Amino acid sequence: MSTASAAAPAVPKTLAEKSAVRSWRRAGLAALLLAAVAMPFLVSGYHTFQLTIVLVYAIALLGLNLLTGYNGQISLGHGAFYAIGAYTTAILTAQFDVPYWATVPVAGVICLAVGFLFGLPALRLEGLYLALATFALALATPQLLKFKAFDHWTGGSQGVLVEKPDAPWGLPLTGDQWLYFFCLACAIALFWAGANLVRGRTGRAIVAIRDHPTAAEAMGVNIALYKSMTFGVSALYTGVAGALSAVVTGFVAPDSFPLFLSLSFLVGVVAGGLASISGAVFGAVFIEFVPNLSDEFARNIPYLAKWVLGYTPNVAEQAATASQWTIYGLVLIAFMYLMPTGVAGFVRVLSAALARRRGQGGLSRGNLNHRNWPGTTGPANGGGNP
Amino acid sequence: MTALLHQIFSGLAIGGIYASVALALVMIYQATHLVNFAQGEMAMFSTYIASSLIGWGLPYWVAFGLTLAISFAGGLAIQRIVVRPVQDAPVLSVVIVFIGLLVIINSMAGAIYSYTITPFPSPFPSNAWYGNSFISPHEAGSIMVTMGVLALVYVFFRFTPLGLAMRAVAQNPVSSRLVGIRVGWMLALGWGLAAAIGAAAGMMAAPIFYLDPNMMGSILLYSFAGALLGGIDNPWGAVIGGFTVGVLENIAGAYLVGTEIKLSVALVIIVGVLVAKPSGLFGRRLVSRV
Repeated sequence: MSTASAAAPAVPKTLAEKSAVRSWRRAGLAALLLAAVAMPFLVSGYHTFQLTIVLVYAIALLGLNLLTGYNGQISLGHGAFYAIGAYTTAILTAQFDVPYWATVPVAGVICLAVGFLFGLPALRLEGLYLALATFALALATPQLLKFKAFDHWTGGSQGVLVEKPDAPWGLPLTGDQWLYFFCLACAIALFWAGANLVRGRTGRAIVAIRDHPTAAEAMGVNIALYKSMTFGVSALYTGVAGALSAVVTGFVAPDSFPLFLSLSFLVGVVAGGLASISGAVFGAVFIEFVPNLSDEFARNIPYLAKWVLGYTPNVAEQAATASQWTIYGLVLIAFMYLMPTGVAGFVRVLSAALARRRGQGGLSRGNLNHRNWPGTTGPANGGGNP
Repeated sequence: MTALLHQIFSGLAIGGIYASVALALVMIYQATHLVNFAQGEMAMFSTYIASSLIGWGLPYWVAFGLTLAISFAGGLAIQRIVVRPVQDAPVLSVVIVFIGLLVIINSMAGAIYSYTITPFPSPFPSNAWYGNSFISPHEAGSIMVTMGVLALVYVFFRFTPLGLAMRAVAQNPVSSRLVGIRVGWMLALGWGLAAAIGAAAGMMAAPIFYLDPNMMGSILLYSFAGALLGGIDNPWGAVIGGFTVGVLENIAGAYLVGTEIKLSVALVIIVGVLVAKPSGLFGRRLVSRV
């Protein structure tokens, strides 16, 4: 009983803490947005382009996170939806002279439909089985895009060129800067929608299906509909990202959508943090910059060797040319050792630990866990394990 | 008719390779409920090791045996060093570790042996008695080697105490631990065996597909399809599934869809099996109590 009386005054305190956290979060978000708007004026054109790609990846990762993080369905094939979105934009702009901004929603709707249809058989597949089916989808995508019968549309292995748009309305922006703001606007809209979707009744149903399908069904959640719809919405996000990527890079070809792209998306979702909206942004930064940094590091190996050993051995030269992906893989594995719940999970654990140090004892900890409920439970444990 | 028979036989030869890789996948799946996405790359790297050993002048079969031993040790080491620390992590984290392994092994093979496609010798002479107009000597030999490997695996699991211990661990790790089986080492042994089986498959595949760091991508996919077709919790189902997929793929490639989009055949098989009969042809049906 003494614990209860001791804990009682802690409730308003944690509520106050909660609102404090909320206002801090709001301030952080505003600062982040401000930084995002200022960024293209501060860095070079190439870096603006890279940041645009980060935004595009963030949208795709949010889509995949809705499916994998919140709904517990593992997909290794989201590169296919990314490709569908990109090709929709490319074909519509190149062959039908549709303006690029109008193709983005079209790509989204097409991917929604395709994703919903793919989600229907996927209903019967849980965990690993779905991972395998989507893995096959990812591997088959480049081949399907090269298929001769579609050559007229897809340009075969040559791909399709997409004209890069200039800034409209006489805005004093370069093409790269304009595209950055275009993608930023899309990303903000989609993140806002995603955050609301997850927070609402639908989001609770989606999470409930992940955590306990039987109980969810007993509560009246239509599992089949929700699962296929989640697949569709997830594909929509990824398709929009693909469409934007076609505009940003100005080019689509079958080999831009290898298995590795799909794997990168999953890597981004897990590294960023499952079942977390901000995780999508962390993940996008990870998959865009870690390979580049690995490359830079690899290219510096000879200098490093010279600095350490005093001369440059042949092996170092060789390592420099080929070890980018080795380093990437090592970083990936190390990352999973250090932060198995991704950056967002790490931040959550860290802030919970800080709050615990400030608060007193068990109850505030329980509250924290409750508040962070979607993420702390982690992904559905592979679902269909016998 | 001859052409069809020829397609079926070479399908069986390739199917044997799929069957071996599928068996390796199922072994790891049964013990840990994880699908090793790096299985194909491990087999590819083993094949490169065999290629180097042959290049140093070792006779083929000596190199073959040595490669199996090295792969076994390598698989064991990977399980102990890389996989073990994350065995209690969420499933997806483990999948990411496998992807990391895939990327590392692939790029290391590219760095050490370069990305150019190289031929790989076949141990079976081109005028051997077991070759005829339906089936090339290498294809026939490869089927024999695969069957030999599968028979050995069967004997090992069925008739040796170690095999029994490994099966026990796959079925019930906690009880196995209680009767004194070293569960961690049994899992590591499973990885070693899977790596060795994959190495045999890689060495049989390389003369047909040629050797390059990306050779195992499609093989892994078809093996997945085979494992699913047979039932991913049934080793023998996986073997039969592997052979079936090999034949189906070859016939479809020759008569139905052409070689360009052959990979889609695997996609169709996987989705088809999962929709029509998710437990596979020989898998255990799961009935869950609510």
